[in-house]
Amino acid sequence: MEWIFEPWPWYVAGPLIALIMFLLIFIGKQFGMSSNLRTFCTMCGADKAADFFNFDWKAQRWNLAVVLGAGLGGFLGAHYLSNDIAVAINPDTISNLKELGFNSAGSAYLPDELFSLEALTSVKSLGLLLLGGLLIGFGARYAGGCTSGHAISGLSNLQLPSLIAVIGFFIGGLFMVHVLFPLIF
Amino acid sequence: MYKSEAASWFRIYEMFQFQAFHMYGIIGSALVIGVIGIQLIKRNNIKSFYGEPIKFVPKEKGFTRYFVGGIIFGLGWALAGSCPGPIYTLIGAGYVSIIVVLIGATLGTFLYGLLRNKLPH
Repeated sequence: MEWIFEPWPWYVAGPLIALIMFLLIFIGKQFGMSSNLRTFCTMCGADKAADFFNFDWKAQRWNLAVVLGAGLGGFLGAHYLSNDIAVAINPDTISNLKELGFNSAGSAYLPDELFSLEALTSVKSLGLLLLGGLLIGFGARYAGGCTSGHAISGLSNLQLPSLIAVIGFFIGGLFMVHVLFPLIF
Repeated sequence: MYKSEAASWFRIYEMFQFQAFHMYGIIGSALVIGVIGIQLIKRNNIKSFYGEPIKFVPKEKGFTRYFVGGIIFGLGWALAGSCPGPIYTLIGAGYVSIIVVLIGATLGTFLYGLLRNKLPH
């Protein structure tokens, strides 16, 4: 059972994700992690600001349970099921990142340079995290879904709009990593 | 997500550098099983646990919203190294700073709600 403490391989994770999608399908729901953000806005009163938030959020409460589950999963995974959390990425990737200034590459789960508590005191890294979030939130709602809704659920159902969205995701991601990172970092 | 490292910023960067199969393996294997499973459900009219027929709502047709929205999302995905699901996973794992990303994402969603009537769909 030692393997459970190691990072899990893709052929375990991928099927597990598919399993979650089917469990949700079998209880009459869908697998999507970004519409919660819209629910949060509405819970905070955003329905007074725009029609988009004028929807029956209480009917979507089950999705908040999925969020809690994801949080609990992270908690259990990090505190009970892991011995060493350094992510063993490709050594070439590590050198690319070190050139950009990410010295924590290869020895951490998240880059300290952006995510440590000290980093939060830097306006630049705080701003970048906020900007990253803004892009994710705005983009996911505009595209009507994120990786779970489009790349996993939508493509599994052979939906063309999801393919367009996923191509968009990749264009964005590649542009950010290859063109913008060298400028930002 | 945590144990497979799909929640790690480093893995997302690596994915966009095409320097490992890992993330493609996760998404790809989920997809293969997903496609097969959904086809099975459709062809055999499998019912949900509650005995109801399972309906798959097709996504609305369109191009701009998916393409442009997708690109914007992709930019954020690479910058923050995370998409909405892993954000909650990372909070559970104790990485408090990801809350900043969550706040950003909620704000971004709000901004979309305000602007959507002016955007091409």
